[in-house]
Amino acid sequence: MKKDEKRTARTILEVEGLAKRLGEFEIADVSFTVDEGEYFVLLGASGTGKTVLLETLTGVIPADSGRVTLAGHDITHERMQRRKLGIVFQDQALFPHMSVGRNIAYGPVSSGMKRSDIEILTRLLAEETGVGHLLGRSPATLSGGEAQRAALARALAAGPDCLLLDEPLSSLDSGARAEMRSLLKKLNRGGMTMLHVTHDYEEAAALATKIGIMENGTVVQVDTPQRILSHPGSEFVARFVGIRNVYRGSLVRQADGTSIFESAESEDFRLETLSEADEGEATALVRSEDVTLSAYRPDTSARNLFEGTVSEVLPARRGAEVAVDAGEMIVSMVTGWSVEALGLERGSKVFASIKASAVRIIEG
Amino acid sequence: MHLVFAALGGAVLLFIVAPLAGMFLSVGKAELSDAATDPEVTASVWLTLGASMLATLAASLGAIPFAWLLARKDFPLKRLINGIVDLPIVIPHSAAGIALLGVLAPGTPVGSLGERLGVSFVGGIAGIMAAMAFVSIPFLVNSARDGFAAVPVRLELAALNLGASPLRVFFTISVPMAWRSIVSGLVLMWARGMSEFGAVLIIAYHPMITPVLIYERFGAFGLKYARPVTVLFVAVCLVFFIALRMIAGRRTNEEG
Repeated sequence: MKKDEKRTARTILEVEGLAKRLGEFEIADVSFTVDEGEYFVLLGASGTGKTVLLETLTGVIPADSGRVTLAGHDITHERMQRRKLGIVFQDQALFPHMSVGRNIAYGPVSSGMKRSDIEILTRLLAEETGVGHLLGRSPATLSGGEAQRAALARALAAGPDCLLLDEPLSSLDSGARAEMRSLLKKLNRGGMTMLHVTHDYEEAAALATKIGIMENGTVVQVDTPQRILSHPGSEFVARFVGIRNVYRGSLVRQADGTSIFESAESEDFRLETLSEADEGEATALVRSEDVTLSAYRPDTSARNLFEGTVSEVLPARRGAEVAVDAGEMIVSMVTGWSVEALGLERGSKVFASIKASAVRIIEG
Repeated sequence: MHLVFAALGGAVLLFIVAPLAGMFLSVGKAELSDAATDPEVTASVWLTLGASMLATLAASLGAIPFAWLLARKDFPLKRLINGIVDLPIVIPHSAAGIALLGVLAPGTPVGSLGERLGVSFVGGIAGIMAAMAFVSIPFLVNSARDGFAAVPVRLELAALNLGASPLRVFFTISVPMAWRSIVSGLVLMWARGMSEFGAVLIIAYHPMITPVLIYERFGAFGLKYARPVTVLFVAVCLVFFIALRMIAGRRTNEEG
C-alpha cells in the first residue's frame, strides 16, 4: 500500500510493516492508516490474523517488527495502559463484580479524574449509549445489546483516540444489531474514529467509510466500501465479499406494504424492496448475479429498471462483470455469451433490472 | 451401585464423626466449665487462635501476590516451584520443626537478627507463628492460585486497556474476583495453623498453644484430663470456622 496516499485528513492511527508470529498465527507487513473521524473496517475471514493484529495494536502481545503510531506518538513499545486505543470486545468483558456505572467509571477513576467530573461523564456517556437507566444494575442482568452498549460507554469514558471494535455485533441478535449499528454510526459522526474488525461483509458494507481487506495475515486492499465491493482487487476479495452492489440511503415504507430504498447519492436511484425493515437510514445490497442486463427496454415485471451506460467490462471467472452507471454504479454478472450478444462495451447504453426480492436491506 | 457407594460413604463419614461425637459425649458439663475457667486453658486457646491468625495475615502479604504470579505468568521451573509450595504438606511436621529450628535458632543469621530486634523465635510467639505458617501456607497459596487462574485474563486486559496500572488491576479486578477462593484459603490456613502440633512443639513448647497443652495433660495426667480441653478447643475452632465461612459466603453473594 502506498502510505502517502491519504495524508490530506489528519492521520490518527498509522500502522507500518507490522509483523508478529504467534504459534500458527502470523501477521506480516501489515500497513494501513486510519484518518481522524473515519470508520475503518478490517474485513477478513477467521484465521487471517485479525485477533493477532488487534492484540499487537493494544499491546497484549509485543510486535516482532514494524511501527504503530497513534495521534503522532510512536506506541509500538508503549505499555498497554498508556495506549489510548479503547477496545470493545465481542464478549464485552464487563467487570462482573461492579455495577454498570462503576464499569463505565473505571477508566476515569484510573486516570485520577475528579469524582464530580466522573459522575457527570458516566451519566453523559450512559445516556448517549442508551444505558442511562441501567447504571445501578449488575452486568449479569443485562441483555446482549445492553451489555455491548455499556462496554462501549466504558471504552469511551477512558477517552481513547481511536476505538477498536472486535466483532462487536456478532454476539447480538438481529434487533440489537440494528440498534448497535446506528449507535456506532452516531458515535462516528460525533467524531470518534473507529477501527472495526469483522468477518461479516454486510457489517462492513453498512458501517465503513473505508474497508481494509485482510488475507493471509496481511492487509491486501484498502478502499471505500463501494469501490472495494464493486472492484475487488483480487479473486480472494471478490469471493470473500460476495456482493458487488452497496448503496447507502434510507428506507421509506409504502401504503401497499412494500418499501422504497432511496439512495443518498442520486435522487433518481430508487429501489423497490420487499424488506420489512423499519423506516430510516439503511444500506441496500444487491448481488451482481441478481442484476439482469438488456439492450432494449425489457418487458418484465421487474420494478427496478434503470437506464445507464456501461462504464467497465471486467472479465470474471465465469463470464464478465459489467459496471453500469445509472446515477449509482450497478454491477452485473453476465455470461461471456451475453457480452457478445448484447454488444457490451464501454459506453454502450443498457437497461439494468433488479427484482425487488433481490434487494437486501440492512437497517441502521 | 449407588447403594454400595452410599454405604461406603456412610462408613467414611462415620469414621470421621464417631470419634469426635464420642469425645463430646464423654465430657460432662462440670468438667467442661472447669476447663473453660482454667486460666491456663483459656490463655492457650487465645494464644492459638491469635498466633494462627497473625501468622495467616502476615503470610498472606506474600502468599497472595505469589499465588497471582503462579496463576498468571509463565517462567522457568514453574512446575518445580509449584511442587516446592506443596512440600510442607508432605513432610512430617516434626521434621518441619527441626528444619525451621535450624534457621531460627539463636546464633543463626535470622535468629540473631530477631534477637537484635527483641524477637525470640525459640520459645516465643514469633516462633509459634513461623511454625504454624510453614505448615499451613500451601493451603493459602494453592487456593488463591486456583482463584486467580479462574479470573478471565480478558478482564484484566480490559482493565489495563482502560488505563489502569497493573497494581490497580490486581486490587480492583483480580483480588475481588478471586475473593471467594482467597478467603477460603485464608480460613483453611488459619484452621490448619491452629491445629499444628509437631512443628510448634519443637520450636516453642512454651508459651503453650492448646494442642501442646492437650499433649502435656494427656502425658502427665491421662485421657480423662486431656479430654475437656480438647472438647473446648475443638468447639471453639468449629464456631470460628463456621462463622468465617458464613461471612465469606455472604460477602461473595453480595458482590455476585
